[in-house]
Amino acid sequence: MNATLDKTSFEPRLTAFVCNWCTYTGADLAGTSRLQMDANVRIVRLPCTGRIDPLFIVKAFERGADGVIVSGCHPADCHYTSGNYHARRRFAFFKELIEFLGLPEGRITFSWVSASEGQKWREVVNDATARVRALGPFSGYPGTELPAWPAAGAPAPNPAPGGGGER
Amino acid sequence: MARIGVFVCHCGENIGRTVDCARVAGEIGKLPGVVHSVDYKYMCSDPGQALIKQAIAEKGLTGVVVSACSPHMHERTFRRAAGGAGLNPFLCEMANIREHCSWIHEDREAATDKAIDLARVIVEKVKRNVPLETIRIPVEKRALVIGGGIAGIQAALDLADGGAEVVLVEKEPSIGGHMSQLSETFPTLDCSQCILTPRMVEVYQHPRIRLMAYCEVDAVEGYIGNFKVTIRQKARSVDETKCNGCGACQKACVVKNVPSEFDERLGKRTAIYVPFPQAVPNIPVIDREHCAYFKGRARGMKKDACGKCKEACARGAIDFAQEDRFVTEKVGAIVVATGYELYSIGKDQPAAGLKGYGEYGYGTVPDVIDGLQFERLASASGPTAGKLLRPSDGKVPKKIVFLQCVGSRDPAKGIDYCSKVCCMYVAKHTMLYRHKVHDGEATVFYMDVRAAGKGYDEFTRRAVEEDGAVYVRGRVSRVYRDGDVVKVLGFDTLNGTPVEIDADMVVLATAMRPRKGIEKLAQTLSVSYDRHGFINEAHPKLRPVETNTAGVFVAGACQAPRDIPDSVAMASAAAAKVLGLFSNEMLEREPTVARVDAALCAGCFHCERVCPYGAVEHKEVRDRKGNLLKVVADVNPGVCQGCGTCQATCPSKSVELMGFTDEQIYAEVNALAL
Repeated sequence: MNATLDKTSFEPRLTAFVCNWCTYTGADLAGTSRLQMDANVRIVRLPCTGRIDPLFIVKAFERGADGVIVSGCHPADCHYTSGNYHARRRFAFFKELIEFLGLPEGRITFSWVSASEGQKWREVVNDATARVRALGPFSGYPGTELPAWPAAGAPAPNPAPGGGGER
Repeated sequence: MARIGVFVCHCGENIGRTVDCARVAGEIGKLPGVVHSVDYKYMCSDPGQALIKQAIAEKGLTGVVVSACSPHMHERTFRRAAGGAGLNPFLCEMANIREHCSWIHEDREAATDKAIDLARVIVEKVKRNVPLETIRIPVEKRALVIGGGIAGIQAALDLADGGAEVVLVEKEPSIGGHMSQLSETFPTLDCSQCILTPRMVEVYQHPRIRLMAYCEVDAVEGYIGNFKVTIRQKARSVDETKCNGCGACQKACVVKNVPSEFDERLGKRTAIYVPFPQAVPNIPVIDREHCAYFKGRARGMKKDACGKCKEACARGAIDFAQEDRFVTEKVGAIVVATGYELYSIGKDQPAAGLKGYGEYGYGTVPDVIDGLQFERLASASGPTAGKLLRPSDGKVPKKIVFLQCVGSRDPAKGIDYCSKVCCMYVAKHTMLYRHKVHDGEATVFYMDVRAAGKGYDEFTRRAVEEDGAVYVRGRVSRVYRDGDVVKVLGFDTLNGTPVEIDADMVVLATAMRPRKGIEKLAQTLSVSYDRHGFINEAHPKLRPVETNTAGVFVAGACQAPRDIPDSVAMASAAAAKVLGLFSNEMLEREPTVARVDAALCAGCFHCERVCPYGAVEHKEVRDRKGNLLKVVADVNPGVCQGCGTCQATCPSKSVELMGFTDEQIYAEVNALAL
């Protein structure tokens, strides 16, 4: 599937939390292999899926993401031996919270993509994008309101350096 | 206030073709805290790096973002450049707008928007980076080599000759590996044992090599420069210090019909045995499964069922009571050289997805053998003393059919890769056969003849032109026993005709697979492997003998199908890498490790339970009078590898992974919301 953006349709924004050793490298391989894919996903690189706090996902949605991808090494292939097992266990619990938060499960994609699976990374990206595109924009957690975002080019709403302020 | 410099690279046309780099630099330059934002044709070139250094000096940058290729490609380059200009290297990061953007998108506008996003994310992260100091750790200048085949032997000898201490672990009773089973080697047809056994003896006699045959690696702790390896010495039931290898025990042994592993089950051995006469070390092992003494014990007999070997041993070396022992060795580097095994056509398969060959009789036809069995039949030290006789009735086969690519390049059978060596050894087999049976007919079914290598193509042509091998391009659909012959039904795809041959023997060039148990070993070593079980190299072109785990190297056929010259070259390369590592007194490690805030830590030790490396220690916190206040977690930076699982697990967020703190990641997530 070639990723020519259809300007008329809704273009979702997806944040991907991926591990450095498998999926990030797999995404590198997709690039090296020039595999064309949807341009909706922004990768946040982490050392390991074990580093991913489920709150990252909650926060990503809060800040306007329409979908999230979490991807790491296949079971038994973790660069750190067992980080992905801890992640898997953590997300098994997190899935129960997802419903409570009012997030349709289709907005979150969990996958294993190894460093050699550039092709699979493209499928994950395109499938997740298509799914989220079909679901439409994420309108915020029920009972909360999203802050209004400044127009493109305006100064970032981020506080000064050092002030993460989100915790 | 942060003073960030952003450097957007065109990578020639690679990024610039799809991404409007000037627009990226312009947009990013508007972000608060960004005081310098430029684009340039080749950021990694000398002038490009000079731009960065100059900006650091002139603008007093507190952080650098290079928007270019993958950090896996050039992070080190740019960090070194930043460090060269006096900036802490860990204040420099990369935004990946090539592999993750320009190469995978065609739409210039969408790609440029994405590149801006990706660069902004890293800018927000770098604003929150803190200077980190490289961790320095001492190096244990000893190496562990796992596997005593030709690759392991070569690596051990090169290392030891280079001045390093070596521990060579081999799980079989003797080193030598598959090469010791071969009759002759391509493309020179020189005798395999003649070139190998002197090397084996050299290993045994080398003052810096500790040979541990009949041993297995049980556990590995630690990290590059400082591994602690637990090795299981399997019980030989023979005291190595007393045995002088006279062989009297083997003559005395009453069990004489055990299929010999060394002869690929075509010959027999005794229950107490050395695998082959030139074995190193030449110390026998009692095979407890077949030994009459141990079988008696297993049946609960009080009296010794046998003890002939003990009676025969003049030196009292037989020790039935011996048990497995565990030895701990400290090493600084590990070379994995566990080699291969052959694909079995039988029904029982070691891994899911492998199918076996029902059409070739699932290994039940006695005169259908594999390549290693043919080597044993052709070898002067083999069960037939080098006479080519077929297994079923001992007759000289007048017609042999060789099938290439059995298992290899056959996704339907579970393996899609090419085993690389088969084209060459099949050509060799046809020559060996014709040299022994002058009127014999050798027919080869092949898919392609892949003979890339010095003197290789000439060799395969010699098999056809001088030794009369008949090459038929095509596959064989069925092999079955028909009275005295083995029927081979195939198809000649060049002539477009079916081929039927009444063969006396069929030799299958079965695929090379990694050794059974490789997955477990890989997990023990924390190295990754592909879906077939071959150990993954760190980079397919530029780091072929390193693995993703620092300090662990790979050589030979455990990484991919390899022939002898390849394996030897890899082994020497791995040895050179290890010696390079050992040339340092201290090693530098990335300081992206976890740190605990003792004031916040409540001492629940969830982090300790999830840490894959055992890096979390207990630390007592006392007041000024010395009263114990609490026990908190503390991360040993030498052991921590920086996965960050502890931080995601910590309920009080009192442990932070340097370089990937919560603050940094939330800043990245927030930066995407624009």
